[in-house]
Amino acid sequence: MNGQGPPLLEVRGLTTEFVSETGGVRRVVRAADGVDFEIERGEVLALAGESGSGKSATALSLVGLLPPPGRVVSGRILFEGRELRALDDSGMRRVRGARIGVVFQEPMTALNPVFTVGGQIAEALEVHGVARGAAARVRAVELLDAVRIPDPARRAADYPHQLSGGMRQRALIAAAIACRPPLLIADEPTTALDATIQADILDLLDTMRRESGLAVLLITHDLGVVARMADRAAVMYAGRIVESGPAREVLASPAHPYTRGLLASVPGHEPGMRLAAIPGSVPDLAALPPGCAFAPRCPDRFEACDRARPEASGVSPGHAARCHLYGEAPR
Amino acid sequence: MTLVEVAKLEKRFERRTAPWRRPRIIRAVDRVSFSIDEGETFGLVGESGSGKTTTVRCLLRLIEPTSGSFRFRGEEVFDMPPSRLRALRRDMQMVFQDPESSLDPRMTAGAIIEEGLVIHRIGTPADRRSRVRELVEMVGLDAGMLGRYPGEFSGGQRQRIGIARALALEPAFLVADEPVSALDVSIQAQVVNLLLDLQQKLGLTLLLVAHDLRLVRHLSSRLAVMYRGRIVETGRADAVFRAPAHAYTRALLSAVPDPRRGGSPDRLTFDHAGFDPGLELREVAPGHWAAVSGTDPECESLGRTLSL
Repeated sequence: MNGQGPPLLEVRGLTTEFVSETGGVRRVVRAADGVDFEIERGEVLALAGESGSGKSATALSLVGLLPPPGRVVSGRILFEGRELRALDDSGMRRVRGARIGVVFQEPMTALNPVFTVGGQIAEALEVHGVARGAAARVRAVELLDAVRIPDPARRAADYPHQLSGGMRQRALIAAAIACRPPLLIADEPTTALDATIQADILDLLDTMRRESGLAVLLITHDLGVVARMADRAAVMYAGRIVESGPAREVLASPAHPYTRGLLASVPGHEPGMRLAAIPGSVPDLAALPPGCAFAPRCPDRFEACDRARPEASGVSPGHAARCHLYGEAPR
Repeated sequence: MTLVEVAKLEKRFERRTAPWRRPRIIRAVDRVSFSIDEGETFGLVGESGSGKTTTVRCLLRLIEPTSGSFRFRGEEVFDMPPSRLRALRRDMQMVFQDPESSLDPRMTAGAIIEEGLVIHRIGTPADRRSRVRELVEMVGLDAGMLGRYPGEFSGGQRQRIGIARALALEPAFLVADEPVSALDVSIQAQVVNLLLDLQQKLGLTLLLVAHDLRLVRHLSSRLAVMYRGRIVETGRADAVFRAPAHAYTRALLSAVPDPRRGGSPDRLTFDHAGFDPGLELREVAPGHWAAVSGTDPECESLGRTLSL
């Protein structure tokens, strides 16, 4: 976070659609809708939300990994001053891995079961021209050591199934940072793991950020993880960022009713009491209401909410919410 | 009144690495004892491999325990004849983690909820239909949805169907194994509220098995922390959270990040290699037991910083 020059990653108006057709009925799901954010060097931005909020679709859009029929239809993705949307497949492959590391939730499916862990990391190094042959293998062991896998030389010769879940996730992080990318995109990196292992992985990411200035786009549904890791937080709902700001402030004084509801849904603070749960469920993205997508579940709903979609309004410096409670009421 | 009393429950598995080798004995559940009062929620927490799920599977006799005793209303369940066990199953029901795989996709919601009543030959078809409608409304679903199939419901709605099914036979004892872990945060809260409401209304006794400490804190009056098949600490939930006595409990509590408190928590680590499974539980405070060797001066000071 040097605050000088352009940010490492700048996303403006990113819109991603999944179009399907069944029985002549066209269904358009806008998984990400006008998403704006930026990440500075060494900064951790958490993209928080529930399933279907568009947080994963946003991450996949950035690195060209959207599954078909998903497609980025508009917006800009400026990374190190370059427009990523202008890259072809091979150009994107060079950026991915070399300049942007990617870690997903399920470490078992992300590693190839028929190659050794060390071999896969060495291959990544060779593909991106960082190191070759014996040097790549030595570097792979160093990386496994850097993510604190005990006895890294022996583990490098192991196949993915021989490692525990926590160790596999570490190996995956080692592979993602092999080429020293300035940005890591981590999609629910600790969700499948036990609490103590999750804490170890978060500590590891935190250390890498402090020691090598790694910036992280952290996608999570867990507000505890946001509090633990993030400098800034953006909360997504139905494809849009509904609140963003310094993580501490978003969690301590949430502005959007959805963020407030999410925080009130976390159990444990007042044992035995009913939780102030958000009623209803996430809307169908192919049939969103004309106004605010959260309005049908919102405790603070008033007439403007059903009429127009709210624009982002500043709540305090650097803290904005997409809610009619703030800013001017539309006519 | 004590409803559930488990004593020295043990489940061993033999693992053979090769046919000619001697099998290795794995104590998945090792001398586990606890009791649950009527109307109480008892939490069983632990990480994967701690033995919490094996414990409840033994209690419901989905797998046979190696040894130990389980008394339900004073009656020993483990050497019960199958006919008596079938009758008892009405009184002990289970809510599963994943409503997706625990509901038959080819049955309508109504048929799923009614199934237990049919199996136990309860009521006339008309009685059963009205009971199903009553159950569906109790769990907050619309009776108009009874003709739909599980695939047409959201995850939270499916879990409500699973709860309605478990309640159909009016059980006294409900075992919920990770009942909300497959659900989104906002939907989790709805199901937590439903469990609280149902317990109050029906006087249910609940055994909650979960890895989520916040959830267990919220719902349980007492709890037990499991590690490698052993209960390492047990007591009133507020006492265990305020002053955790076992080093593993402390490590576990300190690993859970709190959304209301930012920054890196004071992590406490646990020396897994130094774990002594032979230590018996000692009473560290009235009603609060832990498998520790001596009084640990750290407990008191840590209590405050670790409260969730």
